[in-house]
Amino acid sequence: MPINPKDVTWIKEPEIGFWEATFLPAIAKGLRITLGHVTDYRPVTQQYPEQRPVLPQHYRGVHRLNRDEKGRVKCVACMLCATACPANCIAIEAAAAPPDWPDRDKYPAEFVLDELRCIYCGMCEEACPVDAIELTHIYDMTGESRAAMVFNKDALLGIYDKTKDNPADPVRTARGRLGPASELKNLATLGPATTVERGDRAATAPSPGVIGAPPPETRNTW
Amino acid sequence: MNEIVITLITIAVVIGGILGACMYLVLAERKVSAWMQDRMGPNRVGPYGLIQPVADAIKIVLKEGVIPAHVDKALFLIAPAISMFTTMLAFAVVPFGPVEQAPSWLRFIIAPEVNIGLVFIFAVGSLAIYGVILGGWASNNKYSALGSLRASAQVISYEIPLGMSVLGIVLMSGTLDLNEILNKQAAAGILGWNIWFQPLAALIFYISSLAESNRLPFDLSECEQELVGGYHTEYGGLRLVLFFLGEYTHLITISFLTAILFFGGWHFPWIATPESTYRFAWLVKLAVLLAKVLFSVFLIMLIRWTIPRFRFDQLMELTWKVFFPLALANMVAVMVVMQFGMPPIVLLPISILLFAVFGFFTVTAKRLELARRRRASLAMR
Repeated sequence: MPINPKDVTWIKEPEIGFWEATFLPAIAKGLRITLGHVTDYRPVTQQYPEQRPVLPQHYRGVHRLNRDEKGRVKCVACMLCATACPANCIAIEAAAAPPDWPDRDKYPAEFVLDELRCIYCGMCEEACPVDAIELTHIYDMTGESRAAMVFNKDALLGIYDKTKDNPADPVRTARGRLGPASELKNLATLGPATTVERGDRAATAPSPGVIGAPPPETRNTW
Repeated sequence: MNEIVITLITIAVVIGGILGACMYLVLAERKVSAWMQDRMGPNRVGPYGLIQPVADAIKIVLKEGVIPAHVDKALFLIAPAISMFTTMLAFAVVPFGPVEQAPSWLRFIIAPEVNIGLVFIFAVGSLAIYGVILGGWASNNKYSALGSLRASAQVISYEIPLGMSVLGIVLMSGTLDLNEILNKQAAAGILGWNIWFQPLAALIFYISSLAESNRLPFDLSECEQELVGGYHTEYGGLRLVLFFLGEYTHLITISFLTAILFFGGWHFPWIATPESTYRFAWLVKLAVLLAKVLFSVFLIMLIRWTIPRFRFDQLMELTWKVFFPLALANMVAVMVVMQFGMPPIVLLPISILLFAVFGFFTVTAKRLELARRRRASLAMR
């Protein structure tokens, strides 16, 4: 689609002035700015191992398999997460539930998740009908081999035991009622991921495919 | 004490001092750069990263010395040594303290009363370029060769305004001995500092010496974006560090020269004058001189992170079309003033006038050229 001629703003090349051509004011200004960063020193560096980053509530880290109130694995081996997974990193071996688990037919005899293949998109969490798999805020889990980073059911349940009391990782739901993650008053409020300032030309599209607002006199004319 | 022993002690102090200063200048450069960019800089080894140079030194010494198969081995090995050795040698005639008030075991200058001091510094210091040229050539690598070619063209060009800018001071002082130049300024007081008579020469000297020591904004011989690493692309470990030590020694030398030639060396009103003979006066004078040197080094770092790198034609234009005629005119002005016995202070307005008139003509010519180009491009449309 050609650009609407009304959207094109022709500008004239600014003429270079005498002082501008000497470069002296520019050099003085540059030196002042450079020096200003020394005298007004405000580093933004986070000293990582000592200072930990404050992660947003929706951060997607290592997975965990939730337990229900009786301490059993919540998962019912429905395979929805494995189906939803775009990286194909979940392998579930379903088995008939033990006779004393009357609330379900199946349970996962084994639940293997390759943390190195995972792309941490969170689709498994979205897909799960019983809120059994969740992504925690843990971002620094490492292993000594590739095999060590393929987590089985015990490892994933172990991550649940480790993170369930952490306020950063509230369990989303409990059986029959919503979990603490749904109590919005208790959760930390999060800022928007991006903000658009007033008058940001990049945020307005006067005609499709064109970035930048037209001059005011041509606005709303077509 | 025996003259030889004192000389040996002085040499040991200078070499140790320069090497230590280079190590900590690297740290200072990294720290100051970090502050200018709102970063923290090295802060892991020791308090505030103060042991970082030691850790770096250990790492570099233990590093494997790789000699690529295709290089000219003898020249490849000799080049960094030349680079380091010549810049260190140039320091031999630089007085790094009050020579007359030195303690009995030290001399504050390795080779005293060398009456060709300045010529010696420029002659020997310029030999350092051989290290760069040989290093780039022996590497048998296009980028290295290009880097060393650039470096040699640049250094040869900047040698001329550099030498000419100090000729005015040599004429006024009537000597080439750095220590005598310093003493003359100290005897005349703060208004006798050469900066008042030769501000233009100071500017030319400072910028030219930046170019000569291959510092930003003139580090075209090693600009990473175009030439990988320039002349030291094939170097690593201790040999690479020798190049950098040479560069930093050059930096220290030009800072000392700036302080001594233009800013009165160790002289400062009231606390460090030729009359101040109190106990430890030599220590105060040494501190004053080092403070001036450190200020110069800091200014160089400030310039490094402010002014972007010059293009090569801009670099050549600056030296041949701007600095060369300005330095020449400045020297003629000094000659005229000396010949007709005018007070030297008239050189201050003369320098400013020269700068202004020359700047006016250069800038006007540039603007006319730009306007002509714009008209031409409009006519083509």
